[in-house]
Amino acid sequence: MASYTDKAGRPIVVVTGMGLVTSLGQGKTDNWAKLTSGTSGIHRITRFPIDAMRTTIAGTVDYLPKSKSTAPDLSEELATLAADEAIAESGIGGKGRFPGPLFCAVPPIELEWPQRRILAQEAAPNAAVTYDDLLRAAEANGHDAWHERFLYGSIADHLADRFGTRGQPISLSTACASGNTSIQLGVEAIRRGDCDAALSIATDGSVTAEALIRFSLLSALSTNNEVPEAASRPFAKNRDGFIIAEGAGALVLESLEHALARGAKILGVVEGVGEMADSFHRTRSSPDAKPVIGCMRRALADAVVEPDAIDYINAHGTSTPENDRMEFTGMSAVFGERLTGIPISSNKSMIGHTLTAAGAIEAVISLMTIANGRIPPTINYELPDPAIPLDVVPNVARDATVTRVMSNSFGFGGQNVCLVLTGEPA
Amino acid sequence: MSNRRDVWITGIGLVSSLGEGPEAHMQALSSGTAPVVDATGFAPYVVHPLAPISFDAQIPKKGDQRQMEPWQRIGTYAAGLALDSAGIKGNKDILGTTDMVVAAGGGERDQSVDGAILTEIESQPNPEIFLNEQLQSNLRPTLFLAQLSNLLAGNISIVHGVTGSSRTFMGEESSGTDAVRIGWSRIAAGTSEIALVGGAYNAERRDMLLLFALKRLAMHAPWAPVLAQPRGVPTGSAGAFLVLESPEHATARGAKPIAKLSGVWSERAQRNEPGAVEAVIEALINQARGDVTEGTAILSAASGAPEPTAAEVAVLARSGLPVRSITDRVGHGLEAQMPVALAIAALAVSQGSLFAPLEGEPLEKPFTETLSRAIVTGVGHWRGEGVALVERAD
Repeated sequence: MASYTDKAGRPIVVVTGMGLVTSLGQGKTDNWAKLTSGTSGIHRITRFPIDAMRTTIAGTVDYLPKSKSTAPDLSEELATLAADEAIAESGIGGKGRFPGPLFCAVPPIELEWPQRRILAQEAAPNAAVTYDDLLRAAEANGHDAWHERFLYGSIADHLADRFGTRGQPISLSTACASGNTSIQLGVEAIRRGDCDAALSIATDGSVTAEALIRFSLLSALSTNNEVPEAASRPFAKNRDGFIIAEGAGALVLESLEHALARGAKILGVVEGVGEMADSFHRTRSSPDAKPVIGCMRRALADAVVEPDAIDYINAHGTSTPENDRMEFTGMSAVFGERLTGIPISSNKSMIGHTLTAAGAIEAVISLMTIANGRIPPTINYELPDPAIPLDVVPNVARDATVTRVMSNSFGFGGQNVCLVLTGEPA
Repeated sequence: MSNRRDVWITGIGLVSSLGEGPEAHMQALSSGTAPVVDATGFAPYVVHPLAPISFDAQIPKKGDQRQMEPWQRIGTYAAGLALDSAGIKGNKDILGTTDMVVAAGGGERDQSVDGAILTEIESQPNPEIFLNEQLQSNLRPTLFLAQLSNLLAGNISIVHGVTGSSRTFMGEESSGTDAVRIGWSRIAAGTSEIALVGGAYNAERRDMLLLFALKRLAMHAPWAPVLAQPRGVPTGSAGAFLVLESPEHATARGAKPIAKLSGVWSERAQRNEPGAVEAVIEALINQARGDVTEGTAILSAASGAPEPTAAEVAVLARSGLPVRSITDRVGHGLEAQMPVALAIAALAVSQGSLFAPLEGEPLEKPFTETLSRAIVTGVGHWRGEGVALVERAD
């Protein structure tokens, strides 16, 4: 009889359902086929005019009904599809009755330009338009639905209604680490005994013209515009920035005891979660990589395993010059000389950087990597960077027995979260 | 669970229209002076403006201040006050293990850039290309960072060195309740020793008012007390952070509790079901109250939005407990409102007395007993209900 608790005496938290939507496609099957064949989802932007843009490529999700709607509309649709898939696979609860809380990572939300333009036109001042004009039009013209749509909490609220999760859902952001934080909150709640199950979702459908420009003004984006699918080059010498992208990941988390009691199939275990914030800079990581080293070590300690137990790393690997160098430095400190022998790949080479959603998407892919014994490659790795020698599983997927994965996420604003994932309870 | 630990409040940082710090707030509250409102600067709306504050005192580098929009400055400042109050400011060892949960909105925009674009855009041959060109050349690169929700926490890490962990919750009022709830839960469960929880809000912005205006939910002047006349949200600039700590951790470093945070509960009523909001608030209050009514008051963080506030008022009236409206005193700070109300509740409980009733708020009755417990209610203007219980620590 297997124990329901881990080495630290806490309830073991397992994954019993997973869902995925990216620019590569909808659902795990389609995504997995493309990820293991080295297919890129990055393409020329068609959602808005790209004239005057320094970056003209992205991994937007353009095939959904809400793809041309607002960021919260698309983000909600992405989240819904991912969670539908995860809950169906898990078979948990009744229809629309998920037996636990919702932790939902969402992108920044605010009124958008189409709405501002409508308000300005309705106000039709004779002089220059000011926010006083917008306020007058807002009060007068019955745009009540926009109030709800552009609240930060509305995506999670609608998801809570649809899936029947319990209590007040938590909407969260730790920037590019958000997906991992959504999983972490679920793991903690189950370990505390607050609940037997939790639904963790991370979604991002926020590639608008303004979002692209904002990241571009921070010099964070790649300008390798000529061949979109070749632009995301994590760990390669000629990497020059990340590719903004959209998608969603969802995971059904349960205590092992709860999952076994209902005869659920166990897809994986969240063994450990580590977190450490960086106080160095708003967009740059501490050059000594101390926070990410601490973060990885805390994840290992939380999982009660040694670095030797990790046999694949799903890297944050954004393809920015700085992140990939800093991540290498951090991994070198944690894994020592063994590092060059550990396969490390970045899913972002194919799906781009899905920002808020990235951690959850990569957790799903990490567990699929374990289940299939096949590691998705880091594509576009033509020019190795001699300063950061790594086995990045270059360009072609590799068959390998993977028992334990570390999945990294590091965010703007200094928020870092690492996961340790395995296939089966120890 | 039975093996929960106590959670102490060992530090409070508070800024609002009433000033900064515990003394300014308790003095203003006990003297029963009228709330500080600006009824003309954002006409037709009424807002509670932030008291004049010298941000240098907590954010010494001008460069840091320039990287923040006002809501982030308010929050970073209040967080610094809380760390000072707890006696851990600059203590690298403790700050390196302090877990942070911040409730934040964001999105303060460059209103002059927006206005200039909206003035010209409809006469352009290609409005969307015009928009891109204007944004590209007129947006400040760093403005993005000054708008992002998680960058309040980021700024607190940078300015004050809080790096144990960092999480940001969004979702309006309920994010404030849940930020405190998660910080509390982790300490109570023994997986965290010390946490910094709170939020901040800048009410003095037309772009912030716009969200409320879309549903005609912002209070129009003249100002009115929200429990007696819930006819809109009187937004208020404010920031509040609490240092939560396990008794073991606090005792080991010689720190004393200001008050005990005995529980935080959040729920989500189906607001379209008649009576649902009342039922949820009532159940939450009953849970917090338990069997004790002696020395117990309810401090309401009501938004002033008509329907949910009316529901809360009905429950408060039935409760038979003395009531005070925090919102009447400092306005409504959305994500920050629960932390603000909790800070005031902790100070009142610590002092052992409830401040005087406000004229025009008949639900507020005189209460001269010793105050030993405060139930704080936080009912979202649109969604989310929450309650927290603060008790005397001795």
